[in-house]
Amino acid sequence: MTEPILKLTDVSVQFGALRAVDNVSLNVSPGERRAIIGPNGAGKTTLFNAITGVLPPTAGQIVFDTHPISRMSPHRRAALGIARTFQITNLFPSLTVDENMRLALRGLKRRKFSMFGTGTLDPDENTLATRSLEIARLPTRRQVLVKELSYGEQRQLELALSLAAQPRLLLLDEPAAGLSPAERSMVADIIRSLPRDLTLILIEHDMDLALGLVDFVTCMFEGRVLVEASPNDIRANSAVQEVYLGKARHHG
Amino acid sequence: MTSLAPTVVTTNKSGLRSALAWVGSAAILFVLIALPFVLKSYHLGIATQILIFAILAMSVDVLAGFAGRTPLCHGAIFGTATYFVIYGVNTWGLPLPVAMMIGVAAATAVAAVFALLAVRVSGVYFLLLTLALGLVIWGICLRWSQVTGGENGLRGDLRTGALADPATFYALVLVISLCAFFAMRRFVNSPFGLTLRGIRDSESRMASMGYNVTLHVFLAFTISGFFAGVAGAIYAVFNNFVSPSAVALAQSVQGLLMAIVGGIGTLVGSFVGAAVIIILEQFVSAYTERWQMVLGIVFILIMLFAPEGIVGKSRTLWHRRK
Repeated sequence: MTEPILKLTDVSVQFGALRAVDNVSLNVSPGERRAIIGPNGAGKTTLFNAITGVLPPTAGQIVFDTHPISRMSPHRRAALGIARTFQITNLFPSLTVDENMRLALRGLKRRKFSMFGTGTLDPDENTLATRSLEIARLPTRRQVLVKELSYGEQRQLELALSLAAQPRLLLLDEPAAGLSPAERSMVADIIRSLPRDLTLILIEHDMDLALGLVDFVTCMFEGRVLVEASPNDIRANSAVQEVYLGKARHHG
Repeated sequence: MTSLAPTVVTTNKSGLRSALAWVGSAAILFVLIALPFVLKSYHLGIATQILIFAILAMSVDVLAGFAGRTPLCHGAIFGTATYFVIYGVNTWGLPLPVAMMIGVAAATAVAAVFALLAVRVSGVYFLLLTLALGLVIWGICLRWSQVTGGENGLRGDLRTGALADPATFYALVLVISLCAFFAMRRFVNSPFGLTLRGIRDSESRMASMGYNVTLHVFLAFTISGFFAGVAGAIYAVFNNFVSPSAVALAQSVQGLLMAIVGGIGTLVGSFVGAAVIIILEQFVSAYTERWQMVLGIVFILIMLFAPEGIVGKSRTLWHRRK
């Protein structure tokens, strides 16, 4: 077995008396595609926030590619190659698609500090931007303001932004949230077409969607890891059925 | 970028329109250059004052309109430069250009310290924290009377030689304010300027993409303070006098109002806002003692019918017309 690229050891995130994430240990191998499932309030997004640094864990260790990152700020984690999308669309609505891509491309570049340079993309950046937009199937409409895009297109841009800086670990927080069935299957196709060496962690409510995309599944319940298994075993697992399938609720 | 319009990059700008914008910009420039030949020295002084305050308003706009952080301390930063210039010439016997450079440097340093304290907060907390920081400067200027002259302020005699001529001084201020405008326009359209607009829209997304949001806001704040200092240093020469009112909250509010009236996030609106407010002050007060009431009504009308400011509103109408 290869050394995990992401290793969580007894990670907890506590808000007052509530342990949103409770002693979670998790190993993700390079190139693996992992789903994290669980009912509302299971602590999935909080776990993402702990991994990306939005909410540093109150206890436990997070190691990414040999770097201990538990106390690292979000932008330094991004510099190590961790990217994410957001459950609630989080873009730059008053900027154009092109400007959104510029920001995504330059997050890790010195050029972000250029105060008197021109803003336009150089040929290399343009190639990367075009490729990310193509992967997210949003190649046209570069000059449109993001607030004028449809909701589905905004979800696609959400993906394109996180791909632009060529991360090594991509965390997808319900990429298909709020989409129609047709759009959901397109998002599934997009995720399937991502480079195979990109490590992927996916939060998803839709079991059918999630299980068809990943190698391994972690089911969380009340902040803890309930079951870890392959997609087929998850379908058959009675504990998962009880907490998740048995009482499935729609995301509100 | 063909018009004086700095930030709104239109997608399908027609040739005719950009030609019109060129003609418009050239006409405005021509008027600005022609003013000394038309106006009496008193009115030329008002025009000079408008240009100085336009620089202050633009420095506010860089933070408020682009980084989404509305400051209420730029009057204090502006006035710091004014105090340093007059004190430098009077007490240290420095040549005026050196004193002005020291004034700008001091204002920039004050802005950097303010920035360190204020970058971690946003929204109304940023507004209140910068307001309090500005009041500290005001308190110092009011109470440290051995140095600042307290309520009496400091009188200077800076406008000697060629500067004593209103037309020459106006021309100099015009050149400096245009340089400041083009520098700030370049700045907000640079890759760094784009990061500020990104921060305005979503700090969490910026952080997740590798941006150190705190550092970017700190740099923007300090640079904006530099320009407020430039305005303050020129004001010292213009006014030949400084008192605590130059660093008071009212001064910060004035700068912000000019930026808002002209159009936040437009830069060029600061010239319009400064002109509207200063002209109203000067001319309405000649007719009625209740000029502040008139000013208040004008603000209310602008906020009701053109919350995006005069330039912002004109642009919206202009783009709708095609």
